[in-house]
Amino acid sequence: MKTLLVAEYREGKLQGSVNDLMAFAQKVGSDAAMFLVGSETDLPKFQGPLYLADVKNCGEYNPDVHKQLLLDTIAKVKPDMVVFSHSSYGWDLAPRLAFALKASQVSEVVDVVDGVPVAPVCNSKLRRKVASKTPVAILTLQAGAFGLSEESTGVPVIEKISTTATGKVEFCGYEQAEMGGVDLTKASVIVSAGRGIGKPENIAIIASLAKALKGEYGASRPVVDAEWAEHNRQVGTTGQTVSPKLYVACGISGAIQHLAGMKKSEFVVAINTDKDAPIGEVADVLVVADLKQFVPILTEKIKAL
Amino acid sequence: MNILVCIKQVPDMESKFKINGAGSWYDSGDLAWRMNEYDEYAVEQAVQLKEKTGGDLTVLCIGPERVKETMKKALAMGCDRGVHVADDEFFKKDSFSIAAVIAEFAKTKSFDLIFTGMQSQDRGSGQVGVIIAEMLGIPSVTTIVSFVFDNNTITVKRELEGGLKAVIKAPVPALVTCQLGLNTPRYPTLPNIMKAKKKELLSIPVAELLNVSAHQETTSLFFPEKKGGGLVLEGEAGDVADKLINILKEKTAVLA
Ligand SMILES: Cc1cc2nc3c(=O)[nH]c(=O)nc-3n(C[C@H](O)[C@H](O)[C@H](O)COP(=O)(O)OP(=O)(O)OC[C@H]3O[C@@H](n4cnc5c(N)ncnc54)[C@H](O)[C@@H]3O)c2cc1C
Ligand SMILES: Nc1ncnc2c1ncn2[C@@H]1O[C@H](COP(=O)(O)O)[C@@H](O)[C@H]1O
Repeated sequence: MKTLLVAEYREGKLQGSVNDLMAFAQKVGSDAAMFLVGSETDLPKFQGPLYLADVKNCGEYNPDVHKQLLLDTIAKVKPDMVVFSHSSYGWDLAPRLAFALKASQVSEVVDVVDGVPVAPVCNSKLRRKVASKTPVAILTLQAGAFGLSEESTGVPVIEKISTTATGKVEFCGYEQAEMGGVDLTKASVIVSAGRGIGKPENIAIIASLAKALKGEYGASRPVVDAEWAEHNRQVGTTGQTVSPKLYVACGISGAIQHLAGMKKSEFVVAINTDKDAPIGEVADVLVVADLKQFVPILTEKIKAL
Repeated sequence: MNILVCIKQVPDMESKFKINGAGSWYDSGDLAWRMNEYDEYAVEQAVQLKEKTGGDLTVLCIGPERVKETMKKALAMGCDRGVHVADDEFFKKDSFSIAAVIAEFAKTKSFDLIFTGMQSQDRGSGQVGVIIAEMLGIPSVTTIVSFVFDNNTITVKRELEGGLKAVIKAPVPALVTCQLGLNTPRYPTLPNIMKAKKKELLSIPVAELLNVSAHQETTSLFFPEKKGGGLVLEGEAGDVADKLINILKEKTAVLA
């Protein structure tokens, strides 16, 4: 089987997701080539052919330009599978390519069983096997679902590519979220509030427990989107990545984008009314309870120690 | 402005799921249904745009009879008319087929803007919006967290990883897929819920719009193996708190 791995580059840097792509190729045992719009100054440690377009000529990501470069590369490589990571780059570009190639796309693949990709359903409560009926299949991989066991040391064989294609949209620049205030990455205990807190006043319950544990409070995205907590308290792929000694998730379901930000915590406690909430997968202890009742009781007992 | 917003009805994610008889999808009995969370942001943005520019706003949903309830919410939020594409088997269709049905409907309507969610909560493919745009040959921007329309151009912010955003401009007609936090979706008021009852809600059988065959098939649906295997504590709150404190003393240094 032939696989084309689509690596990602942004603001002068090769993105770390390239390791997921290489691990995937290793797992399915395919003959792999790689595609990158990037630069020779920061190359992936990939042993094999690398189709490289120079970011200096192409500019930062533009969907139509990258799609054309990929189509040209695919015409040469003739892969059976084209593999992206399920990132803002992958989920934007993959369906455009799938349409152009009349190819099936399976999103957020977490595993491959007997050659068939497996994808999550309903916030990871369920999984499904998805069989493609087209000659080429396109996959986007869930971040971290395939990880390299050891650092790779390969050296790519570069084949330069270019295009005259232009885009339908105009990229005007990047904007970085304002940080400042509390730095969760330095906290040794984090107690996080999820949508399960129900209303903004209940942040106080979470903050009290955090204080009793001499830690900081964090939040899941809906809590931040609703402006019940500041953005610098958000844990997850679009917030902070934290690794405290203790992480207490209160009323948080455990969506993959949240887990990505906290799964390296040393010890995880989850407090949730839903015994089947996916947070249970990463929790050392799952307390099945209403946080509004349980957290204040826990806080008082800890204060009394 | 002629605007289209596509919404999907999904089960409440806190439901207890069961697998259907064929083993190919979740059983639809005993579930509470609601609007896909991402689509609430899409509807709100479409309504705000319509309020600003005037014009006509259509909400479209593919699914069985029950999706009309969710469509009524969109109408009460401010959409002008509903197009229900009647399909009892919609859960079997892949994203490509769903997109093809919507594109077939949209191709003769000259929509200036089309809004979708960035992904559906159950399927999570994140494909339908982009494929519609590719089929119609119009630009599309995914995962937007900010939207401005001015002078026949949209200026949007695309959310990337770790707090970074890309500012993108595109001419209309265009399609955007909406991310959480784009705006604050309104709650329909009682008078608007009453008004929505009188709005047009047209049903079209899916067969009239479907002219492609699927690219893929869900061959089986199953529960993931439990690998976490953490301890589950249930019972009287005071007892559970004591147990938890003992565990924290034993396994972590935070209470030392
Ligand atoms: C591209 C992208 C990026 C994202 N980035 C992030 C990110 O950085 N961080 C992030 O957190 N999310 C992120 N998300 C959103 C993510 O997918 C989820 O929607 C989100 O994490 C859900 O937050 P939640 O668990 O608080 O809410 P929900 O999923 O609604 O869960 C609420 C939980 O509370 C429980 N509950 C309800 N009432 C109670 C009660 N009284 N007591 C105890 N438990 C209760 C429920 O059982 C449920 O499990 C992102 C999504 C996308 C698509
Ligand atoms: N059955 C449907 N009816 C109408 N719109 C849909 C349907 N399924 C998906 N969509 C739209 O496509 C978006 C992305 O869905 P998906 O590609 O399934 O993740 C959703 O947020 C909706 O806006």
